[in-house]
Amino acid sequence: MKAIVDRKKCTVCGVCSDACPMGAITVGETRIDISDDCTLCGICVDTCEFGALSLPEVGTGPEEDLGLYSGVWVCAEWRDGSVHRVSHELLSAGRMLADKRSAPLCAVLLGSGLEENLSRELITFGADVVYVVDRPELARFTDEAYANVLVELIRTRKPEILLAGATSTGRSFIPRVAASLRTGLTADCTELDISEDGHLLQTRPAFGGNVMATIICPNRRPQMATVRPRVMRPLVIAGHEGRIENVSVPDECLKSRVEVLEVIPEQDQTARLAEAEVIISGGRGLRKGENFALLQELAGLVGGAVGASRGAVEEGWISPSHQVGQTGRTVAPSLYMAVGIAGAIQHVVGMQGSKFIVAVNKDPQAPIFDVAGCGVVADLFEFLPAFIRKIRQERGETS
Amino acid sequence: MHIAVCIKQVPDTRNVRIDPDTHTLVRQGVESIINPFDLFAVEAALRIKDDTDARVTALTMGPPQAEEALRETLSRGVDEAVLLSDRAFAGSDTWATSTTLAAAVSKLADVDLVICGKQAVDGDTAQVGPEMATLLDIPYATLVRSIEWTSGGDLKVTRQTDEGIEIWRLPLPSLITVLKEVGEPRMPSLRHKMRAKKAQIPVWGADDLGLSPDSVGLCGSYTQVVRVFSPPRRSDRVFIEGSVEEQAEALYRYLKEAKVPGI
Repeated sequence: MKAIVDRKKCTVCGVCSDACPMGAITVGETRIDISDDCTLCGICVDTCEFGALSLPEVGTGPEEDLGLYSGVWVCAEWRDGSVHRVSHELLSAGRMLADKRSAPLCAVLLGSGLEENLSRELITFGADVVYVVDRPELARFTDEAYANVLVELIRTRKPEILLAGATSTGRSFIPRVAASLRTGLTADCTELDISEDGHLLQTRPAFGGNVMATIICPNRRPQMATVRPRVMRPLVIAGHEGRIENVSVPDECLKSRVEVLEVIPEQDQTARLAEAEVIISGGRGLRKGENFALLQELAGLVGGAVGASRGAVEEGWISPSHQVGQTGRTVAPSLYMAVGIAGAIQHVVGMQGSKFIVAVNKDPQAPIFDVAGCGVVADLFEFLPAFIRKIRQERGETS
Repeated sequence: MHIAVCIKQVPDTRNVRIDPDTHTLVRQGVESIINPFDLFAVEAALRIKDDTDARVTALTMGPPQAEEALRETLSRGVDEAVLLSDRAFAGSDTWATSTTLAAAVSKLADVDLVICGKQAVDGDTAQVGPEMATLLDIPYATLVRSIEWTSGGDLKVTRQTDEGIEIWRLPLPSLITVLKEVGEPRMPSLRHKMRAKKAQIPVWGADDLGLSPDSVGLCGSYTQVVRVFSPPRRSDRVFIEGSVEEQAEALYRYLKEAKVPGI
C-alpha cells in the first residue's frame, strides 16, 4: 500500500518528492511515481498544494455506532494529596472542546482515601461531573488496576473524548486503556482542537520536534490523547458548579499481576526534571564534575532542577537521570538555561519545547544559539557567579 | 528462558532538517539507524543472557532493508532474528504495529520476557510496548532502569518515574520498556559479526502471522495523520552583550519581564 496520486490534479511540480523522508517519490517528465518505499507517513499529502495526494482509508475496527458516545473526559492525576497541575491544564483544554461540542466535561479521579477537596478543585477548573473511584487497591499506581477501572468506566458511560496527562503515569497506562478498548491513541499532544464533524484534531511534534503532525481517530471512540504538561493554560472558572459521583466498580477490575514493592520519591529537588519550571543544564563546557555545584547553586536559588548534556553524563560528572536529550529526558520547562552546552541536535530535541531558552556559551558559533531565545556569549565561570550575585542582590541577600 | 527484543529502524534524526524556504523535510543524507533506546533493550537482554542460559530473539517490523538492523543485533550477540515485513504492514500506527509484533511474539510461542526501548526517537510515542503487552495479556513495566531477579524467579525492576523511583515485582511472562540506565550497549564482536553475516533471517508476513490484511498496516490503524507542518520558528532571538556584570543585569531583567517563575 502507498500514497494515492490523483493524476488529474498533479502538476508534476516535484514539491512532494523533496518532502518525502523515504525518497519514495520520483518525478518523471509527465508524472510522479511512488515506490514501495512509501511508509504512508502522509508528509507528502500536506505539501501538495493541488490536493493531488491522499492516503488510503484507515481501519474501522469492530462495527459500532459513534453517535452513542458523548462528553469529554479528563483523567485527573494527584500527588501527595493535591491535584497534579497537568490536570488543571487538561480541564481547561477539555472545557474548550466540551463547549464546542455542547457536551459535558467530566473528570475521573482514581485513588485511595481521596479527600473531597480534590474533586472540588477539579470542578473549579471546569469539570461538570467528577467520577471518583476510591479503593485501597488504587493507593499505589499500577498499570493494570488503573487501566481496568478506567476501561470499565468508559465502557459504561461512553465518552467521545478522553484526555490524560503525558506524565510518566499517563504515558504508561493510557496505552493499555486504548488497546483494551480497541481505539486509537495519540501521544504527547501539544495542541488540541475539534473539527465541525467532531474529529479531535490532535497535534504533536514528531521527528524530534522537527515537524508537527495533526492526527485524527476517525472511526473509533473514544478519541484518546495524552497531552504534554505545561503547554495548555490552566484557567479557574469562578463559581463553576459541578457534581461529584462516587462510582463502584467490580472487584476483578482491581486485580494487578504486578506488585509495587517500594516507592521512593526523589529527595533531591534539583533532580526532578519533569516537574521543574526552571532547568539549569550543563555540558562539557563545565570542564569537571565539581563545577556542577555552580548550576546547583543557581537552580537552588530559583527552585529549579539541574539538567545535563549527554557529554557531561558520559564524563561521569552527573548521573544519567539528569540527562536531557534524545536518549535522556524530553523536557519543556518555562525556562531552560543551557550552560556550556554546544547544542548537538540530540540535545536540542529534548529541550526545544521549552518556553524560554537561554544559552550561555563562550563560542558565538555554537549551534545552541540557533534554538535559544536569548544568547549570552560569555565565559560561564565569570558569568554564572555574576548572575547568581545579581539575583541575590535583587532579593536583598548578601552572597 | 527466551527473551524477545523488539527493535525499530529509524531515520537518524541528526540529519533530519527543515528547509527554511519550503518548510519541508530535507531528507538528504538521512541514514537509518537502530533506535537508540532499542540498543539499550538489546543490551538488557544480553546482560540477562550473560548470567543465565537465556536465548535472545530480535524482532523488527519494517521494509526489507530493516534486515540490516537485525544483523547488527546479531553481531552484538543476539541469537536469532525475525523480520516482519509485508507491503500490508505499511502505514501502521501504534495499534497496528502492536498487533503485528504481538502476533510474532505469540508465534515464537515460548517467550518469557519481551524487552522494548522506552520509545522510538522518530515517533516518540512510547505506546507500542504497553499496547503489545495488553494484546498478549501479560503484565508490563515501563521506564525500567535496572533489572534484578527475586529468589522466586520473578522479575524485580526499578522504574524511573517523574517523581522518583519505584520498585516493582512482575511474574513472567511479562514485558518491560527500558531506559539508558540499564547499561551502555556493548560493541559488536568479531565472532558474532561473522555469524551475523551468514545468518538466515526469516521473513514473516501477515499470512505467516495469521493476520488478515485489513487488521494490519494503514487499514488496521485507528489513527490517521491529516496534516504535517513545520513548527513555528523562533524569530525573536536576542543576544545580550556587554561586560559580565552588564550581561547578568540584562539577563535578569529579560527573565523578570518574561515573568519566568522563580526569578
